[in-house]
Amino acid sequence: MTKQTQQPQSVFNGDLLKAAVIDSLRKLDPRTLWRNPVMLCVEIASLITVVTFAMSLTGANTEPAWFTGAVSLWLWLTVLFSTFAEALAEGRGKARAASLRKSRTDVTAKLLGTPEFTSSFTTVGASQLRKNDLILVEANEMIAGDGDVVAGAALVNESAVTGESAPVIRESGGDRSAVTGGTTVISSSIIIRITANPGETFLDKMIGLIEGAKRRKTPNEVALEVLLIALTVVFLLVCANISPLSIFSVTAAGHGTPVSLTILVALFVCLAPTTIAALLPAIGIAGMDRLFQKNVIALSGRAIEAAGDVNVLLLDKTGTITYGNREAVAFVPVGGHSERDVAEAALMASLADETPEGRSVVLLAQRKYDLVREISTTAELVEFSAETRLSGINTDGIRYRKGASDSIVAFVKKQEGGHIPRDLEQVVDKIARGGATPLVVCKDGDVYGVINLKDIVKSGIQERFLQLRSMGIKTVMITGDNPLTAAAIAAEAQVDDFLAQAKPEEKLRLIREYQEAGYMVAMTGDGTNDAPALAQADVAVAMNTGTQPAREAANIIDLDSNPTKLLDIVEVGKQILMTRGNLTTFSISNDIAKYFAIIPAALLSIYPQLGVLNVMHLASPFSAILSAVIFNAIIIPMLVPLALKGTKFRPMPAEKLLIHNLLIYGLGGIIAPFVGIKIIDMVIGLMV
Amino acid sequence: MNASEYLETIIFFLVLLAVTKPMGFYMAHVYQGERTVLSFVLAPCEKVIYRISGVTPEDEMDWKRYALSMVLFNLVLFGGLFTLLMTQHLLPLNPQKVPPFTWQLALNTAVSFVTNTNWQAYAGEQAASYFTQMVGLAVHNFVSAATGMAILIALIRGFIRRKTSDLGNFWVDMTRGTLYILLPISLIAAIFLVSQGVIQNVGAYKTVPLIQSTNYDKPKLDGNGAPLKDAKGTPVTENVLVTEVTIPMGPVASQEAIKELGTNGGGFFNANSAHPYENPTPLTNFVEILLILLIPAGLTSTFGVMVGNTRQGWGMLAAMLFLLVLAFGALQWAESAGNPLVAKLGVTGVNREGKDIRFGLAGSSLFTVGTTGTSCGAINTMHDSLTPLGGMVPLSLILTGEVVFGGVGSGLYTMLAFAVIAVFVSGLMIGRTPEYLGKKVEVREMWMSILVILTAGVTVLVLSSIAMITPAAVASMANPGAHGLSEVLYAIASMANNNGSAFAGLNANVNFYNLSGFLAMTLGRYVPAVAILAMAGSLAEKKYVPPSLGTLPTDRAPFVIWLVLVIVIIGALTFFPALALGPIVEHLTMGGN
Repeated sequence: MTKQTQQPQSVFNGDLLKAAVIDSLRKLDPRTLWRNPVMLCVEIASLITVVTFAMSLTGANTEPAWFTGAVSLWLWLTVLFSTFAEALAEGRGKARAASLRKSRTDVTAKLLGTPEFTSSFTTVGASQLRKNDLILVEANEMIAGDGDVVAGAALVNESAVTGESAPVIRESGGDRSAVTGGTTVISSSIIIRITANPGETFLDKMIGLIEGAKRRKTPNEVALEVLLIALTVVFLLVCANISPLSIFSVTAAGHGTPVSLTILVALFVCLAPTTIAALLPAIGIAGMDRLFQKNVIALSGRAIEAAGDVNVLLLDKTGTITYGNREAVAFVPVGGHSERDVAEAALMASLADETPEGRSVVLLAQRKYDLVREISTTAELVEFSAETRLSGINTDGIRYRKGASDSIVAFVKKQEGGHIPRDLEQVVDKIARGGATPLVVCKDGDVYGVINLKDIVKSGIQERFLQLRSMGIKTVMITGDNPLTAAAIAAEAQVDDFLAQAKPEEKLRLIREYQEAGYMVAMTGDGTNDAPALAQADVAVAMNTGTQPAREAANIIDLDSNPTKLLDIVEVGKQILMTRGNLTTFSISNDIAKYFAIIPAALLSIYPQLGVLNVMHLASPFSAILSAVIFNAIIIPMLVPLALKGTKFRPMPAEKLLIHNLLIYGLGGIIAPFVGIKIIDMVIGLMV
Repeated sequence: MNASEYLETIIFFLVLLAVTKPMGFYMAHVYQGERTVLSFVLAPCEKVIYRISGVTPEDEMDWKRYALSMVLFNLVLFGGLFTLLMTQHLLPLNPQKVPPFTWQLALNTAVSFVTNTNWQAYAGEQAASYFTQMVGLAVHNFVSAATGMAILIALIRGFIRRKTSDLGNFWVDMTRGTLYILLPISLIAAIFLVSQGVIQNVGAYKTVPLIQSTNYDKPKLDGNGAPLKDAKGTPVTENVLVTEVTIPMGPVASQEAIKELGTNGGGFFNANSAHPYENPTPLTNFVEILLILLIPAGLTSTFGVMVGNTRQGWGMLAAMLFLLVLAFGALQWAESAGNPLVAKLGVTGVNREGKDIRFGLAGSSLFTVGTTGTSCGAINTMHDSLTPLGGMVPLSLILTGEVVFGGVGSGLYTMLAFAVIAVFVSGLMIGRTPEYLGKKVEVREMWMSILVILTAGVTVLVLSSIAMITPAAVASMANPGAHGLSEVLYAIASMANNNGSAFAGLNANVNFYNLSGFLAMTLGRYVPAVAILAMAGSLAEKKYVPPSLGTLPTDRAPFVIWLVLVIVIIGALTFFPALALGPIVEHLTMGGN
């Protein structure tokens, strides 16, 4: 199977950079920038410094023009770096949206009156299709809109949406009936009932989401913005407060000059949480993009963040925890037969069995005893039937059979001389109790032994569950198996809990119970019968191969249809929040050093004693202030890669994680600017 | 600090810790309507009060009704006190025939007592009649304290209740707080104070001849009461000879007890707890500091009991205690270092100016940090006379928003707002939608917490800016330069944070301070109070999120340390420039750097 994986594009890809630079200039428009109030304040501050610079040039301001000019330049760069970060994050999505849009080029559709292949059709444009219209799609035609197959079956190439070039079967009825507009039918004809109006299709939604056009701020983002705006207002007042305080101090000290507007504005921008405010939009957009690289489409940013909060994970057993099919793992003899005899009989009984279980018996026999048998031409194949519930082969007058214990017992009892070994029941029970399926093998009336058919738990799944547990996430396995089997598999996979013989209404009840107890529940599903539970879950991941109802009930769609993706989604959700939190702490911690750079410099003319606060020994008041401004600006592009990639995620208990991040971003945030500002000051010293 | 002072300090903190838990459990029982040791006497009284006032105790209020009841109740009280102050010359129990308050001073004083600030731009013994003290001010000492506690209890209910809008009944919380907590303890404390020599009478002031006549330099005041200054800016004084002295009398003990217990701080006398009739002995000093901290410390435990995890309460107590001990240490260090200007004269050692010998350095420092860490505002030391860095300690305690135990109720609810902010940022840092005590912190909680913790700070920044460029405000300073700046900053901070202590050295009875103070005290009290109730309402509606390994525990050391850092960093970032231009530069100047 070839796969066009969504290549993670380099952050500093040349074309993307160029487009981002142009876009970042466009985003300076205050009508766009008001969505980021903190940066809008910085833009206004930059405008003020343009005025003070102009006044320096005309002599109306006594500060040297090189100083006001440089401050103004760097303040503008601060705003520009912020819009650039957002443009860069959007750029990657835009490139992908453009390629998706190509597959949506205006196609025509064959509109039918009745859902019959024989009825006549009229050709209409895709944009004229409405919900419940019926269309006919023939081989090598593109499907004009989202819908459900109501008649026929076809191979469909969905690479335009999923990046997966292997075609998939889409057929009416069952769990594989959903088709997506923009995909192509490769063979056969199908009739589709349209389920989405133009502009509301899956592809349209995807393009909108990727472009970030419809991106709405998540509640968490808004709450953080409240904090950032409040801090900005406080720092605005702090800077406004310095002016009258310094005017009074000049009178009191009898010398010096009140702090100038340029310096107040510079101090304000340095104190305001510009680092996090500048990178905030980029963090969210980049998070969705990272998920898209993993072939997951989140239908809202909220869904990803909710994923970060999930504390109960409902996982389907089959395909997620275990490989889809059971596998033979052992031959257990009964009635004095040898294990090799059992293997041979089992092999014979399975030769004609093309199911994965049957093939695994053949493989096991070959692996263990090097047994290879061919089906002789005279052999008569006995296929599994509902009445006998047995399968096997009749060859050279010998009847090999395998099947459930009671079926074989019934079969053997009918044979002449058939008898049931006394130890059979015990062996069968033992295997069943171990969570496996016992298949009994007989040769005519002689019961040889039992095949141990086991659900194979995916390798490495226990480690992932362990990680989840250390993050405080509980895993619950959902299975149709009986409780005995379920318990055994649950123990092996080390899930925290399981729901056996699960029916749709029981899944729904389970989710409601967890939610009632305050848990955030995530689940994966693909079938129509999963839809109610998906709609109820806080984070609902639908497989792209799933049915239309399942996809509509979900808020995240996995294009690869790989259920373990939930773990990745949880990780990205957490990363987004962590990146925001860490950069907020970093941004605020930075202020301490900036105070020590700017306050002594600003007040030196009034109180030379305050020179002792110049702990960094910065060369001159002007270079001290400029160094703080430059540091404040260049830290933004330096942190862009972190914002786009996200803070590294480590599964560990909350308290340890907090201490770890506080040491890096809190303590680091205090120390880094002291070093950075000093270095910039030294560089300025060399240049002047 | 000598050995006995160490011992006094250690014993004090041990006693405080020892009484925290019983006090906390008792108050939790009171507010949860459970039976207490005093129920056999007080329960019938409580019933009678409800019957007379027509209150149905089971009638639960949502946050809006609770807030409206609180605001209206306070408004009526304010109106009553304002009227009383304006008409005290017509009322009984006025042996000294003191005149009525001016309307500006009455406005300031009325709001000051209603908001639990007890800022006093007047001298108690000169301006207030006994009737005013007993019927006006003392009553407010009780109800303003009970109001603060009621708001806190409503917030705690918001944390523990699930999917409801009910926050309890304001009238019931007020009645229980006053009847079961404030009244009995005040009664016992007042009797104890009388036993130690605090006076309690309604007689006229006594004038007695001095054994030895004395003289002093009295600052000359202009028509507005502002100190006159010469061309150099130093105050003009005149020499006065004194041969006799008037000793004010009054019902002091009853008022003294609730003044400390309710973290009110409005002194009967101008000298407040430095006056020997208010605070005669080191023992009363010890007890008064204990009374100031008793309810705020106990409430941390009440909080722990009510949320069902006493460790949560201890965590809050640890954060508060850490900051208090830190402040105490800093003050002791600054005062022990002494005054370098005096040292040049050959007098080294502790800075003794403005301290009472009978309390000693530790007794003075402990009272100072206790009264400014809580929003009490009673004083036994002249804060204006502290060394610059020493003076910065009470100033900083006030500026950080009164959370180092803080006012009764208001201290802990402000602390909980800080905790919400701390939880929010730390929650993000560990990758979860932040939750505190099982309740998710969302946009509404952020808005409300920010209003709680920043209202006072913003008020201080704005009003101090205006003061610095208002000539009338600048003229009130007794000292020029950086120290004058500290005086103004302290006065505004004290009012905006509902502390009420004065740095002194500033003539506050002028229109600017009376009226801006009225605004500061009103905003500083009611914006946070209503915001807390709104947050309580929003929290109560939420469902409970059970803790898991992914939840940040808020009852353990890492979170407590983070909470302390958040408080210190927000405070420092907001006031660093102002502190640099006030106490810090004064210190550097004094040291001759």
